Amino acid sequence: MTINRRHLLGASAGLVAAAGLNRFGLTPAFAQAAPTYKPEAGAKLRLLRWVPFVPAEEAAWLANTKKFTDATGVEVRIDKESWEDVRPKAAVAANVGSGPDMVMSWFDDPQQYPDKLLDVTELGTYLGGAHGGWYPGLEGYAKRDGKFIALPLCAIGNAIVYRDSHMKAAGFQEFPKDTAGFLELCKALHAKGTPAGFPHGKAVGDGNNYAHWLLWSHGGKMVDESGKVVINSPETLASVKYAQELYKTFIPGTESWQDVNNNRAFLAGQVSLTANGVSVYYAAKKDASMAAIAEDMRSVNLPIGPIGQSVELHQASTLSIFKHTKFPEAAKAYLQFMYQADNMNAWIEGASAYCCQPLKEYAANPVWKSNPIHEAYAKASGSLRPNGYAGPLGTASAGVMADYVLVDMYATAVTGQMTPEDAIAQAEKRANRYYNV
Amino acid sequence: MTAITTKPPSALGALTRNNTFLGFMFLLPAAVFLLCFLTYPLGLGVWLGFTDAKIGRDGIFIGLDNYIALANDSVFWMTVYNTVLYTFIASVLKFGLGLWLALILNENLPFKSFFRAIILLPWVVPTVLSALAFWWIYDAQFSILSWSLIKLGIIDTPINFLGDPNNARFSVIAANVWRGIPFVAISLLAGLQTIPQSLHEAASLDGATGWQRFRFITLPMLTPIIAVVMTFSVLFTFTDFQLIYVLTKGGPVNATHLMATLSFQRGIPGGQLGEGAAIAVAMIPFLLASILFSFFGLQRRKWQQGGQD
Repeated sequence: MTINRRHLLGASAGLVAAAGLNRFGLTPAFAQAAPTYKPEAGAKLRLLRWVPFVPAEEAAWLANTKKFTDATGVEVRIDKESWEDVRPKAAVAANVGSGPDMVMSWFDDPQQYPDKLLDVTELGTYLGGAHGGWYPGLEGYAKRDGKFIALPLCAIGNAIVYRDSHMKAAGFQEFPKDTAGFLELCKALHAKGTPAGFPHGKAVGDGNNYAHWLLWSHGGKMVDESGKVVINSPETLASVKYAQELYKTFIPGTESWQDVNNNRAFLAGQVSLTANGVSVYYAAKKDASMAAIAEDMRSVNLPIGPIGQSVELHQASTLSIFKHTKFPEAAKAYLQFMYQADNMNAWIEGASAYCCQPLKEYAANPVWKSNPIHEAYAKASGSLRPNGYAGPLGTASAGVMADYVLVDMYATAVTGQMTPEDAIAQAEKRANRYYNV
Repeated sequence: MTAITTKPPSALGALTRNNTFLGFMFLLPAAVFLLCFLTYPLGLGVWLGFTDAKIGRDGIFIGLDNYIALANDSVFWMTVYNTVLYTFIASVLKFGLGLWLALILNENLPFKSFFRAIILLPWVVPTVLSALAFWWIYDAQFSILSWSLIKLGIIDTPINFLGDPNNARFSVIAANVWRGIPFVAISLLAGLQTIPQSLHEAASLDGATGWQRFRFITLPMLTPIIAVVMTFSVLFTFTDFQLIYVLTKGGPVNATHLMATLSFQRGIPGGQLGEGAAIAVAMIPFLLASILFSFFGLQRRKWQQGGQD
């Protein structure tokens, strides 16, 4: 408690913060930049967050919040909304200018109303410097025109989960690292009657994760740096053709899969390989009847495609402060407090590999070593790319993803409703409607 | 009269004696309610359709741009096709099966009240719950239907209920029909019971067959109810949202996307409020057409409106 208080309120902030930070092996040079925020008298805060996926994550967040309240006297009320409802609620709050003071939102949400968010560049720069730097992908969601309009909070890691015994039965001792080998594995699994399955349906999370991985691993992208739609490329075509081959090895029915279908099929032993958050492992582990599956389960990152590096979408969350808050200093103090090493580490640990750290220093969190399953999820923040890659984020990038343009492109091609060329042309046309406004 | 004229006429007293004014006053609460909660949102929706509003951000007037964009959007036309197909097939099935059920329930069955009550169940269960049940029934891996057929040795692999475009359309229509029949059946049953028994008796004495009695007594007497019931049924079906959203979210590849679900997908999660509103507004002509059809098509007989045929 005294450490927290010191971090937050220390009168001789530079000196004390330096002493605190030295514990983590950082040079005092960083610490000199440590900003101090003095909460306004009588400050009260409201945070709008998504409904937690893991109870222990929420418990850790609330415990940190309580410590903050004890140290500063600032009450923080936390409202929860289901994760798909956070976007409209936050957008309305931003534009009406009332409601929550801070929001924990998804993907490119802060980029929809950047002018309504408090500039937290000072805090963002300091935290990045003090804790080993932000992961660039996550930073992309939080920064606009070189300024932090939000603080990256976490990536919800996505990784392949598979049945070790089924892979070995299919003749593979090691999980293939590249897309070509991966296709061979899926073919072998299919031949053994233990197929893979990835959602081609309207699965907000898993469907988009899979589609973006297909595209990016082959070097395709929706838009270039200027926001021009460049989806119609030979790289995209290669990725669609690859998806077609992969689809032939899947269990039937993946084109109707929503977010939970792959978990369900995997836990019932119907598919032997899919991609998901770590939740699927904990679902198996909690249920005694699925002990054998939990035991047999392994995780690995999605294979590397022709571009030679691991790239994925994942789900990403950021924290931002609305400009309309009456207590900007208190809000900044709260965020600063939550990102402090001991608090952030407690939170990451509570999330048990569901939430991947935003700052590189926290990669050392013991949670990643506590279970071999966690290891693949530890790399999520590193391989993460923002959804509107490589263009600017904003309403267009959000609209394209919400309208399932990419998911539909692959689904129409793999199910044979359109040729790959036509599917790409249609995606190009649909994306252009959002980007050409 | 003289008693009244002895007093000096007060303005308020005169007003309360004025029928037009009193009528207006009685109408006012309803009118305000309609204006606030129907006319204003509808007008706002129409206006938003002409703007490029995003969620939480005012748009600027862009004329028909949203509609022009939709006209060139294959996904939009797919949803129009889906919606019309869905509404037409589901409504015809609901009407046929519902009328049949009503006729059966109108006979003297044992446990009549029990059956009449139980028939309402699909209508009473919240849509989301029954949709979730159908979602399991149609699951690609765990469908009870596929499982039964496989165990019976009729098929080898599970049926791809929601993955194949036509299967998916059929599946969502079947779920909608299951849910909609009770409403039609019970309403028509109420209508059937208003038909005087004496008409049937007289017809029987004249030697009319069962079919003739149905064709020339039951059906004509029932048309006003049919018109109302089917208007409602068509409206409910056309604007269906929950069932699709739970079962498929519009998939596979938009094969079951309805105008209502597309409007939501683009308007709320997609943030393109203007375009979502434009899609919703595009539903209005279809809805108006179906209302006009049932009122002028099915209620054209003068005697139904109190006149002579």
